[in-house]
Amino acid sequence: MSAAAVSSRWRGPLRLIARRIGLALLTLLLVSMVIFTISGLLPGDAAQEVLGQTATPEQVAALRHEMGLDQPGPVRYVRWLQGMMVGDPGQSLVANKPVADIISERLPNTLTLAALSALVSLPFAFLIGIASAIARGRKLDRALNILTLSMVALPEFLVATIAVLIFAVELLWLPSIALVPQDPSFGQFVRAYAMPVMVLAVGVVAQLGRMIRAAIIAELDRPYVEMARLKGVSQNRLIVRHVLPNAVGPIVNAMALSLSYLFGGAIIVETIFSYPGLASLMVNAVTSRDMPLLQACAMIFCATYLLLVLIADTIAILANPRLRQG
Amino acid sequence: MKPHNLLRRARALPPSGKIGLALVTFWIIAAIVGPFVTPYPPGSFVSEEVFAGASSRFWFGSDYLGRDVLSRLLTGARFTVGLSAIAVTLAVAAGTGLALTAAVGPRWLDELLSRAMDTLISIPSKIFALVLVAAFGSSLVLLTLIVSITYVPGNFRIARSLAVGLARLDYVEVARARGEGRLHIALVEMLPNMIRPLFADIGLRFVFIVLLLSGLSFLGLGLQPPDADLGSLVRENVSGLGEGALAILVPATAIASLTVGVNLLIDAATQGGKG
Repeated sequence: MSAAAVSSRWRGPLRLIARRIGLALLTLLLVSMVIFTISGLLPGDAAQEVLGQTATPEQVAALRHEMGLDQPGPVRYVRWLQGMMVGDPGQSLVANKPVADIISERLPNTLTLAALSALVSLPFAFLIGIASAIARGRKLDRALNILTLSMVALPEFLVATIAVLIFAVELLWLPSIALVPQDPSFGQFVRAYAMPVMVLAVGVVAQLGRMIRAAIIAELDRPYVEMARLKGVSQNRLIVRHVLPNAVGPIVNAMALSLSYLFGGAIIVETIFSYPGLASLMVNAVTSRDMPLLQACAMIFCATYLLLVLIADTIAILANPRLRQG
Repeated sequence: MKPHNLLRRARALPPSGKIGLALVTFWIIAAIVGPFVTPYPPGSFVSEEVFAGASSRFWFGSDYLGRDVLSRLLTGARFTVGLSAIAVTLAVAAGTGLALTAAVGPRWLDELLSRAMDTLISIPSKIFALVLVAAFGSSLVLLTLIVSITYVPGNFRIARSLAVGLARLDYVEVARARGEGRLHIALVEMLPNMIRPLFADIGLRFVFIVLLLSGLSFLGLGLQPPDADLGSLVRENVSGLGEGALAILVPATAIASLTVGVNLLIDAATQGGKG
C-alpha cells in the first residue's frame, strides 16, 4: 500500500481526532473561566483577608495593587491564564512558596496512587464485567449486580474504616497511615500503598465492572454475534475475538470515566490515610482559602479528566474500522 | 398512583428491592421522628467513658467526648436525609427546568445552555464542590445550594435528551399546531411524560448528593458544629479509628445503608418497569 493510500485511509479518523482535540481545548478554556470566576472574582477581597481586620485602608490598597487586584476582572483572568500555561500559577498565600513548587512535590504521589489503583482494579473489573455479561439474567449476574450496586454506593470512609479495622487493628498486618519512607524497599512500598489502593479499587472495580457489562451486553445483542454462534464459535472465542474488539470504544470510555472517579475518591482516601497527594493538598487549600493553590489544583484535575476522555475518544475512533475508508 | 397500587408494586419487587425499600423507609422515618426519640440530648456528656462499646444504656456506645452515639445518629440523620432531599429537589427542578427551556426555546438558547452544561460536567463534581465551598463558605443554606448546583449539569443532560426526544413526537407537534404556548407545551405536554424516566436519575443523584454532603462534612468543609450530619459524626470520631470505636463505624455504616438502600430500590424498580 502506498503512503498516499495510507494517508487517505486515515484521513477520516485523523480529522475526527483533530476536532476532538480542538473541542477539549475549548472546554478546558471554558472550565478555566468558570473556575477563575468562582474562586478569583466572586469571593471577598483577598488582600483584606491576608492582612486581617486590623489593616488600614492604605495597607489594603497597597497590597491590592501589588497583587493586581485593582485590575479589572478580564485582565486578571488573562494574566492568571498566562501564568497557568507557562507553569507558574502564582504564589501560595499560606505557604508563601510558589504554587508550582508545592504541586510538583505532591503530584507524583497522587499519580502513583491513581496508577496503582487503576492497575489493581482493571483485572477485577474486566472479570466481573465479562462474567456477568456471559451469565446475563442468571444467578451469578444477579448476585454480581447487587454486589457492584452496593459497592458503588459505599462512602470511601466506610471502606477505609473497615479496612483499617481488619488489617491494621485486628490482624496488625498494615499501618493505618500511608507513610512512604524515602527509598522504600518493595515490602515497605506494598505495605504503605495496600490500604489506600484497596479502598480506591472498591469503587472503581464496581463502577467499571458495571459499565463493561453494559458494553458487552450491547454487543451481544447484535446480529453478528448470532451469526458467529450459528457458525459454531465457542463462547470464549466469541467474547475475546468478536465482542471485545467491537466494544473497545465504550470500554475505553468507561475506563476514562472511572479513572476520573479515582481523583474524586482520592480526596477522601488521601485525607483519611494522611497521604501527601494533590487531593489532600486541595482540601488544605480550601480550608485555608489559599485561592492560587486551589485554582491550580482544580485546573490540574479538570485537565487530567479532559485528557483521559480525549485519549479514550481517540482510541475509540482509531479502533473503529468503519471510520477508515478505502 | 393509588396506595394499594403502590403496595402491590412493593410486593412485586425482588428481595433486593424489598431490602432497599425497607432501608429507605427506615431512614425517612428516622429523619422525621429521630430527633424526638433520642434517649439522651445529643449534645450532652452522658458517659464517663469515651469510645465506650455497646451497652444497654448506650446501644451504640459513646463518642470521643462521652456523648451517646445513638442520640447523635438520630439527630444527624435528619440533616443528612433532609438536606440531601432538599438539594436533590433543587438540582432536579433546575436541571429539568433548564432542559425544558432548551427543548422548547429558540435554537441559540439550546446551544448556549448545552455548551454551558457540557463545560460544567467536565469539572469532576467533588472538585467543583470544593471550589464552590472555598469561594462561598458552607453555611447550611449555601451548602445545600452548592451540592445541588454540583449535580444540575448531570440532570440537565439526561432531561434534555428526554425532552428533545419528546419534542419530536406527534402529540407535541399537534399541541404546537393547536397554537399552545411554549410554557404549556413544556409543563403540560412534556413534563408529565418525563417524570417516570427521570425517577432513576433522581434516585441516583440523591445517592451522589448524600455521598458528597457526607464527604464534605467528613473533610470538615460541610456542616459546621454544633450542627452535625452523619459525615460530621464520622469526622469527629476519627481518632477512635485505631481502637475500632463503634462511634466511627456506626455513622459510616448508617450512610452506607441509606445509599445502598436507595441504589437497590431504584435498580429493582426500574427493572420491574422494563418488564
